[in-house]
Amino acid sequence: MALLNKKKRPDPEIPGSSLADIAFLLLIFFLVTTTINVDTGIGLTLPPIPDENIEPPPIKERNLLNILVNAQGLVLLDETPSSITEVKQKVKDFITNCEPGNPCVENLSEDPTDAIISIKTDRQTPYDIYINMLDEVIGAYNELRDEKARALYGVPFNALEETSEQYQSIAKDVYPKKISIAEPDEGNS
Amino acid sequence: MAHFKKKSANTKQDVPTSAMPDVVFMLLIFFMVTTVLREVELKVQIDYTQAENIEKIEQKRLVSYIYIGPERLGPTQVGESKVQIDDAIVDDINAIRTIMYDKLMEQPRLIVSLRVDRDSDFGLITDVTQELRHAGTLRINYSTKREI
Repeated sequence: MALLNKKKRPDPEIPGSSLADIAFLLLIFFLVTTTINVDTGIGLTLPPIPDENIEPPPIKERNLLNILVNAQGLVLLDETPSSITEVKQKVKDFITNCEPGNPCVENLSEDPTDAIISIKTDRQTPYDIYINMLDEVIGAYNELRDEKARALYGVPFNALEETSEQYQSIAKDVYPKKISIAEPDEGNS
Repeated sequence: MAHFKKKSANTKQDVPTSAMPDVVFMLLIFFMVTTVLREVELKVQIDYTQAENIEKIEQKRLVSYIYIGPERLGPTQVGESKVQIDDAIVDDINAIRTIMYDKLMEQPRLIVSLRVDRDSDFGLITDVTQELRHAGTLRINYSTKREI
C-alpha cells in the first residue's frame, strides 16, 4: 500500500516553460516605458550677486558689444539694427578685432580676453528669441575656439578633454566666454 | 545500389531554449535599472525651444529642474505662465530662493536646469534667475532640443 502511494506523487518541479513568456512580457513593458533621454541645453554660469560696497570695475565702452532684443524680436547691435543671422559674424569680428592678422578697427574690442558680450532684452521678449540670440553668440565662440584648436593642436576643439591643459588654455586664456545678461527693461510695448 | 541514408536525420535540429529565460531576464534587469520613471507630474505645459550649440548634462544626479510655462487647466486650456519646482507650482517667486538654497545645501554642485516654454516672456525667467543668484545656485542650463 505504501509503495503504491509513492508512485502516485506528482512531479515536484515547477513548470518553467512559460517563464520566458512572462519575462518577455515584462521586458516589453520596460522597453516601451523607457525613455533614454539625455538632457541637453545651453549651459551658463550666473554671476554672483555683486557686493554693494564694491564698485564694479570700469569697462571700456569699446570692449562691450551691446545686443538689444526687443519684444518683437528686432535686434540692435551696438545701436545698429541687424538681423539675427548676422549676429554670429559680427560677434566674431568683434572678438577677433586686433588679433594678429586682423586690422584694428575702432569701436571693436581691444583683445579677445577683454571682449564682453552684453545681451539685453525686454521683459516681453519671447524666450525662444532670446535663446536663438544666446545660441548665436555661443556659436561664435565655439567656432573661434575650434579654429584656434585646429591651428594650435590640429584637432577640433570638442575633441579636447575638458580637463586637459589645451582645453583650459583656449577656454580661459585665448577666448574666454564673457557673456553678460543684463536685467531687462520694463518695456511697455 | 542501396539508398543513401540522409545524414542530417541523425542530428538534433532544435535550438536549445533552456537558457532563454536567463537571457531575457538579463535584458529585463538592464532595462529596469536604466529606466527612469517620470518623477514629477507636470502642471505646466512646456514646448521646448531648439538650439544648435548645446551641451549634454552627464551627471543627472546633480540636476534639479525648474519648469516654467503656461499652467495646465484642462485637457486643452492653459492659463498664465507659472513656475513649477518638483511637484508643486510656486506662486511666490521669492520662495524660490529658499527652496533652491536648501537644495544647494544638499548638493553643493547643483546644476539647475530651466525647462521653459518657448513662448514665455523673458521677464519671468529673469525674475527666476535673479532668485537663483540670491540662492547661490549659479550653474544653470537652459534646456533646449537639438536643432535639426
